[in-house]
Amino acid sequence: MLNVGKIEEGFVLDHIKAGKSLDIYDHLQLNKLDCTVAIIKNARSNKMGKKDILKVECDLNMLDLDVLAFIDHNITVNVIKNGEIVEKKELALPMQIKNVIRCHNPRCITSIEQELPHIFCLADAEKEIYRCKYCEEKYSSALK
Amino acid sequence: MRHLMSPLDFTTKELEDLFILAGDIEHNPARYAHACDGRILATCFYEPSTRTRLSFESAMTRLGGRIIGFSDAASSSATKGESVSDTIRVISCYADICAMRHPKEGAPMVAAEKSRIPVINAGDGGHQHPTQTLTDLLTIRSLKGRLDNLTIGLCGDLKFGRTVHSLIGALVRYANIRFIFISPEELRVPDYITDMLRSRNIPYEEVIRLEKVMPQLDLLYMTRVQKERFFNEEDYVRLKDFYILDTAKMSLAREDMLVLHPLPRVNEISVEVDSDPRAAYFRQARYGVYVRMALILTLLGIQVP
Repeated sequence: MLNVGKIEEGFVLDHIKAGKSLDIYDHLQLNKLDCTVAIIKNARSNKMGKKDILKVECDLNMLDLDVLAFIDHNITVNVIKNGEIVEKKELALPMQIKNVIRCHNPRCITSIEQELPHIFCLADAEKEIYRCKYCEEKYSSALK
Repeated sequence: MRHLMSPLDFTTKELEDLFILAGDIEHNPARYAHACDGRILATCFYEPSTRTRLSFESAMTRLGGRIIGFSDAASSSATKGESVSDTIRVISCYADICAMRHPKEGAPMVAAEKSRIPVINAGDGGHQHPTQTLTDLLTIRSLKGRLDNLTIGLCGDLKFGRTVHSLIGALVRYANIRFIFISPEELRVPDYITDMLRSRNIPYEEVIRLEKVMPQLDLLYMTRVQKERFFNEEDYVRLKDFYILDTAKMSLAREDMLVLHPLPRVNEISVEVDSDPRAAYFRQARYGVYVRMALILTLLGIQVP
């Protein structure tokens, strides 16, 4: 059994689908943060069989939870202060995400005007469908 | 300040007000002949569309206003690499209202985000064409007397035909509407539209043969198979003559069915159908001017006593 130490302040992202922790690492841009990150892959889980866990020791305002919710709103976010869990955050699908995914419609204005942000809006919460704000192209999930 | 990007930008109540205004313009044109004196409409057309552009220009001229603009990207600063955002910032200094057509989907929305004047989407790629939709709705309302309780057949290019997409989006807000989509497999209506219809429990069916459904229709909306929407010539040539409306097919339709078409027609409606009283597509073009006049007045906030 591998032991990873406690963190003093930050987040423990639990119940990540096995194998997806590196995707989340990339999308949260954790490589740009000067902080301790532990990536635990394929941990045993009663609920999921196998799961990934990310421990991030950082200021509580530094993670974009909207991005996380977009990637997988079933992830449990444990907020850690003074080495203890002080809050379990519920993630809800964000109404809009900006520059997380790109519109691949070759007819979209974003395909020729490079400075435009790639904005997707939640079109169907039940089916977790997002559409490009400009051309309404449907986002076909590659992350989930 | 309001823009028009999609037919859904206006509530059904606001649309009703617009159609009442268009009706008054139709019957009392002299009252509106100077309503836009001193105002300027910019027609920014990044792809050619003589009909839509002239309809806007006719509308503004009949209101007493003036027009500036360009009719294709080659004569605009887009060839120098200027962005839509920058262009509209400049146009905002020259004109009071802008009608924009662009081959890229969402371009008018980008313009609206940066504009200081109302922007009207005059067609963006295969996406939306709201003023054509307003024209279609006004035509239906004027000639059928209602916008609810209708079975509507849409025929031809339902995949790339933006007029079809916009019209469906607008009609779903009225009660008891049923759609019949008539197209070859390759040109079926996109999934985002069928997803939306299913989610709202609006009945629709997709068929391949036009003849089979003619007797059911209150309205037949014909569309052109547009060459510029295809990536290769072969597909276009193979599909363009797939559905042609002629007198034989018209004989299967109800006495009070209407035939609409956004125009220009190529050969999808035989000229022999033109003399049929149910052929409404040329009257539709006239309604297009009235509704654009009403739209310009509404977006500029001009009220005529």
